[in-house]
Amino acid sequence: MTAPGEKAHPEEAKLLQLLDADGRRVPDPELERWVEDVSTDQLGALYEDMAIARRIDVEATALQRQGELGLWPPLLGQEASQIGSARALREDDFVFSSYRENGVAYCRGVGFEDILRVWRGNSGSGWDPYSINMATPQIIIGAQTLHATGYALGCQQDGVDSAAIAYFGDGATSEGDVNEAMVFAASFQAPVIFFCQNNQWAISEPVGLQARRPIAGRAPGFGIPSLRVDGNDVLAVLAATRIALDRARSGGGPTFIEAVTYRVGPHTTSDDPTRYEDSNQREDWVRRDPLARVEAHLAAAGFFSDGFRDGVKAKADDAAARLRAGCHSLKDPEPMTVFEHVYSSPHPALERQRARYTQYLATIEGGNR
Amino acid sequence: MKTTYREAIRAAMREALLGDERVFLMGEDVGRYGGCFAVSLGLLEEFGPERIRDTPLSESGFVGAGIGAALGGMRPIVEIMTVNFSLLALDQLVNNAATLLHMSGGQFNVPVVFRLTTGAGRQLAAQHSHSLEGWYAHIPGLRILTPATLEDARGMLGTALEDPDPVLIFEHGSLYNVPGEIADDAGLVNIDKAAVRRAGADVALITYGGTLPVVLESADRLAAEGIEAEVVDLRVLRPLDDAALLAAVAKTHRAVVVDEGWRSGSLSAEISARITEQAFFDLDAPVGRVCSAEVPVPYARHLELAALPSVERVVEAVHKVVGAGG
Ligand SMILES: Cc1ncc(C[n+]2csc(CCOP(=O)(O)OP(=O)(O)O)c2C)c(N)n1
Ligand SMILES: [Mg+2]
Repeated sequence: MTAPGEKAHPEEAKLLQLLDADGRRVPDPELERWVEDVSTDQLGALYEDMAIARRIDVEATALQRQGELGLWPPLLGQEASQIGSARALREDDFVFSSYRENGVAYCRGVGFEDILRVWRGNSGSGWDPYSINMATPQIIIGAQTLHATGYALGCQQDGVDSAAIAYFGDGATSEGDVNEAMVFAASFQAPVIFFCQNNQWAISEPVGLQARRPIAGRAPGFGIPSLRVDGNDVLAVLAATRIALDRARSGGGPTFIEAVTYRVGPHTTSDDPTRYEDSNQREDWVRRDPLARVEAHLAAAGFFSDGFRDGVKAKADDAAARLRAGCHSLKDPEPMTVFEHVYSSPHPALERQRARYTQYLATIEGGNR
Repeated sequence: MKTTYREAIRAAMREALLGDERVFLMGEDVGRYGGCFAVSLGLLEEFGPERIRDTPLSESGFVGAGIGAALGGMRPIVEIMTVNFSLLALDQLVNNAATLLHMSGGQFNVPVVFRLTTGAGRQLAAQHSHSLEGWYAHIPGLRILTPATLEDARGMLGTALEDPDPVLIFEHGSLYNVPGEIADDAGLVNIDKAAVRRAGADVALITYGGTLPVVLESADRLAAEGIEAEVVDLRVLRPLDDAALLAAVAKTHRAVVVDEGWRSGSLSAEISARITEQAFFDLDAPVGRVCSAEVPVPYARHLELAALPSVERVVEAVHKVVGAGG
């Protein structure tokens, strides 16, 4: 992103792309060999994933509006960044994400009721991290990048070729933790991927406040190779993530990926972007929609038939219905669960509180409800 | 005139910005957005981007830069979105803001004011619901303010800016929408003393910040039973106004401390200790405490409410100390 009238630095990374906004293949011999194996069928599957992620997102937003969820952080516009990167991962890789990576969670195989559990306000945690190799989403900006780095050090020490991937935003790159994580990862050549979704906003703050130059340009200063990729191009994101994973698995250390995308929705359902967002800018980005370009590409290849479209729609609708049903099935936790999961084993301070609280509840009509 | 807690703080910032060109505001989303809690809404339009400064997303960054600007003679107001994120700036606050005067042999003043939203009760889960003002009150070199009324929301900031030392102002998130009347000429208030918000002779209820409304409601409920509570609003957590605590205990002989912080090693423990040290023989009953359950603040609404001080729990605690020895 270079401001009008400003010249790009000569060493600025170019924006990697394989599918332009109109769905035309952009030749890039270096990049495309990483996705040579992706058939039209498989591109169709990536499209389906994006459509389902979008449908889940729209449904969750509706559930929030209907009072069923406390809050929801939409991923609208970021489907290609999330699906392209997540589909490059192996099951044994480990994801450390922020709150917004629900498309990644979907790819990891999270259960439909588990996606919403935390947003309904039912429990501190949505899914079992070890069952899908994806950590509980991080709410403190940037903290997960250090966790991913430490996890990767463990992989290295174990001698396995699994990798860790940290998802974070453009805003997070200003935090000390993220920069410290890069120092550590470079120093120990940890098999970790720093996957930054530059969605142009940190709540109301435009990315220009965090970085005067493309964010990808910072990593080389830490000794970390970096890639700047069109985050609305699922194929290019897949290729870039594969490059990074290959490096990690073969002992080449960390990679930084800046996926340049756009947060088409609000920061969360509590936010009102009309207070700060220029609608023209938004329109510009909507024209670069990650799904529309794959659709156009598949259509040109004769693949986007009515049958295919209807099939995708049916699957997305089914996902939405399961999400909604899952949401309604979540029961309020019992009062005594307040004292759970503070320590792993019985703890005297908690036992005292638990006993007092049981007594107190007994004084209220209806027992412990 | 009619106002709200939020508008009163905004009016205080406006007044400070108009009255002293060394004053500026910085933090995350304070400019175009008008602040995460809409406290600075409209200030960017009025004062421009140099004095109402959106910063990069780095708490350690803007807290440290605020300290540096203060060393250079500015009077920064630094908004830390919430106390939870101040933990990413603890080194700057505790190792630096609090110690630079001392370590420079009295030569380096740090006249900066930090504003932080604090507290639970809004279903924001464990990493967004801390009440750590009692923690900060542990630190020599810092002054800790907890405005609970409209007058204090309006008046504390200006006095804090006159203080040559670093001041942290904790604004409880549940208070921003509180409406009410204040005098048209409401202005600066002291930042040294506690205040009695309700007079009563049977028990002293000692609290501050977000639990003041809970305690006042408890006092009404107790009054209906014939128990008259004296309600002490601490206002300033460091330095604590011992004289006010002792006066209330001398009058009522019973005290309950209500604090949204966790109980162990807390401000409520400190207050209770000061009362036993200095007014032991005035007491007719052990000091009672109502604090938050010592668990990470729960997310589910009913669990969160159960974990926080409530009118029911305050009334229960008062019954206990009034029953005892009474
Ligand atoms: C340490 C910390 N500071 C502030 C916040 C409040 N906050 C929540 S999201 C956010 C913006 C994050 O922007 P970015 O990293 O770009 O991620 P995005 O939300 O765009 O996905 C902020 C400031 C927080 N959660 N943690
Ligand atoms: Mg962002």
